[in-house]
Amino acid sequence: MAGSRGRGRSQFSFSVDALGFGRGDCLPSSAHTPSPLYPPMQFRPVPLHTGEEVDYMLALKQELRASSKNLPFHIKAARTKTDVARYSDKYQNGETKNNCIEWSPDWSRMPKELCIKVRKPRKTVIGAKPQLTRKPKAAAGKEEVLQKLEKREEEQHSEEEEDEEKKKQNEEEPDADEDYDEEELEDETDYIMSYFDNGEDFGADSEDNMDEAVY
Amino acid sequence: MTTQEVRLCGLLLQEHFGNVVEKVGTHLIRSGVLTLRALAHETKLPLDLVKKSLCVLVQHGMCTFGAGRRGPAGPVEYRINCEHVFHMLRYPRYIYTAKSLYGDTGELIVEEILQRGHMTMSSTVKTVADRLTHNMPEGQSMDYSEVVSVFSQLVETHFLQRCPPLASAGSSSSGAVDTPLPVATQPTEPESHPDCYKLPYINLTGQGKRRRSSEDGEADQCAAKKARTDNSECGDDDGIYWQVNFQRFHLHFRDQAIISAVSCKLDQSSSEIVRTMLRMSEVTTPAHAAFTQALSANEIFRALLSRSPDARPILDQYLSLLVDDPMEFVGKTGDSGGGMYVVNLHRALANLARATLESVVQERFGSRSARIFRLLLRKRHLEQKQVEDFAMIPAKEAKDMLYKLLSENLVQLQEIPKTPDYAPSRTFYLYTVNQLPTARLLLQHCYKTVGNLIERRLYETKENKRLLEKSQRIEAILASLQATGAEAAQLTEVEEMITVPERQQLESLRHHINKLDSSENQVDETIFLLKSYINSTQASR
Repeated sequence: MAGSRGRGRSQFSFSVDALGFGRGDCLPSSAHTPSPLYPPMQFRPVPLHTGEEVDYMLALKQELRASSKNLPFHIKAARTKTDVARYSDKYQNGETKNNCIEWSPDWSRMPKELCIKVRKPRKTVIGAKPQLTRKPKAAAGKEEVLQKLEKREEEQHSEEEEDEEKKKQNEEEPDADEDYDEEELEDETDYIMSYFDNGEDFGADSEDNMDEAVY
Repeated sequence: MTTQEVRLCGLLLQEHFGNVVEKVGTHLIRSGVLTLRALAHETKLPLDLVKKSLCVLVQHGMCTFGAGRRGPAGPVEYRINCEHVFHMLRYPRYIYTAKSLYGDTGELIVEEILQRGHMTMSSTVKTVADRLTHNMPEGQSMDYSEVVSVFSQLVETHFLQRCPPLASAGSSSSGAVDTPLPVATQPTEPESHPDCYKLPYINLTGQGKRRRSSEDGEADQCAAKKARTDNSECGDDDGIYWQVNFQRFHLHFRDQAIISAVSCKLDQSSSEIVRTMLRMSEVTTPAHAAFTQALSANEIFRALLSRSPDARPILDQYLSLLVDDPMEFVGKTGDSGGGMYVVNLHRALANLARATLESVVQERFGSRSARIFRLLLRKRHLEQKQVEDFAMIPAKEAKDMLYKLLSENLVQLQEIPKTPDYAPSRTFYLYTVNQLPTARLLLQHCYKTVGNLIERRLYETKENKRLLEKSQRIEAILASLQATGAEAAQLTEVEEMITVPERQQLESLRHHINKLDSSENQVDETIFLLKSYINSTQASR
């Protein structure tokens, strides 16, 4: 290769025709920086498809997205207690806890090591006062609680009878009574739960902790 | 797993299942296979959260588990099935297909099963009947038997299938574990189970229950909880879970794509003929076949709906037209029975993919670059000079376009040396386009595009979060006021709480989000086409 250079001054080592540009043509400048993040487009993009089918699928997609947030499969880390323990913590429930799962999968189809306590849905214990000491494995089941109460306090008998009647009447409509119950008679406090306001900052920073490690 | 695929998986998991599952999922994808302890340790999440996430992923069929490297005595190892995560992008299309084939009932059945991963037949029927009853006018309710009949239709046409039974660790599973590797994380193929499409005999009578409409939110949860806890009630079909058969849906989409391509290229009648041929060979053609079963012209004629005897020679003409078409959708394999015809599935997919590539080049670089691209696809290898001549484009512009395509990796350069020392003056430089690698490249671009679209949508939502929350609150107030029968003056007063510029902002935000969502759906169609093409080339090897 070095030998052929001396022969003819104007002979290059490659034929310029093969590369497609002639001598003296200015080449495009070489790139010094990475290409821009949003390169300018030469042509406008084609408009999207329209039509009934497209609209329906769009609506479906948005609905699915919204409803999947409410399903129990949407897992949120439990909120860590950021400051002092509060009196209201005892009566705040409905918060997700890390150690229980909100739906009941078929454990025979899963490896045993994944087995985790299933969180029982809050039963509508109408009128019956829950135990004074809240144990984590609360005795679910109205009958057990009622039996305990019968043992404990006898003057509550008439009240219980009333409430049992209510329960039978309202068996098909547990929702309204649940509202009534949670509001008024929850956990032996004298305060109506919905009046208890924790303030705006309470629990508002739960989303911020998502990226950090949760202990 | 490429970067773009991992990123898209993460975004999809986050959208549907939240941040925790996203973290667990992406880490598992990147690492391949992991045990529970290793996963918890590396993601630094509490063990319980990791367990919950894995439960969710296994429930939806996105994660498989099996005996690990140490054999059945060792810890269980988990791995994520990325393809399954990508199917989440296509859920609206599956549901819409079910609706078009089986009506609202079919739509709701498929939607319920998709959202919950897998369900038993009885719980599906009850939930769907309740939902349908809720939408019906007062006094009517949906009978379970109607839902059961639609469910059985879905199973008969293989759109739903039973979940495969788990292979117990250590024992050899029935059938399809091909690889004798000790890492037995290969799940049994659902099709290998003989009862895959057998309906359980359950005695399910009753009607859908109507929820009280005044407590929508709570009632939703209650009904949903009831549907879930029904799993634990003793049903006759406990343990028999049904899942959506994605492969069958994909075959359906592929057929749809072929039929619409034929109707665009030729005309409506030819597409009807191809549709009939595909329908007849639906059940007999295996999933990865290159051709359908051979059908004789007589059979096709009998199956066509318009059966006037004059139409027979017209049918023959159409068939010969289809066979001669350069797209090669239909091929002739014999002469018995008036001519034996097949639909060339793999070749049709390849042609559709090629059309997609050409369309992409045309829209991004212009029609002349597209001409060069098509030329190279057809003629395989061409020199610079030949490109200019065949494409009839002046040299300077042709050179420019070629280099641009080269820099985007759509066109490759092949060197053919005349001498062993690769001297540039004595080497041929040929431009070429390889369809398969280019299709893979474009598929990665598509994944990146969908990831970008999702991120942009999340950004837009986050930017306007305050405004969205305000509008939601006002809507809730309006709804409650209307329910309690407020006057029009009060309603307008509440509506005016959103000012006009805010309203405009909300409107434009909604418009943007709709556009982004619609684009996602459309890119997913391209993803499906390219993926089917790539899979078909792998299957035929």
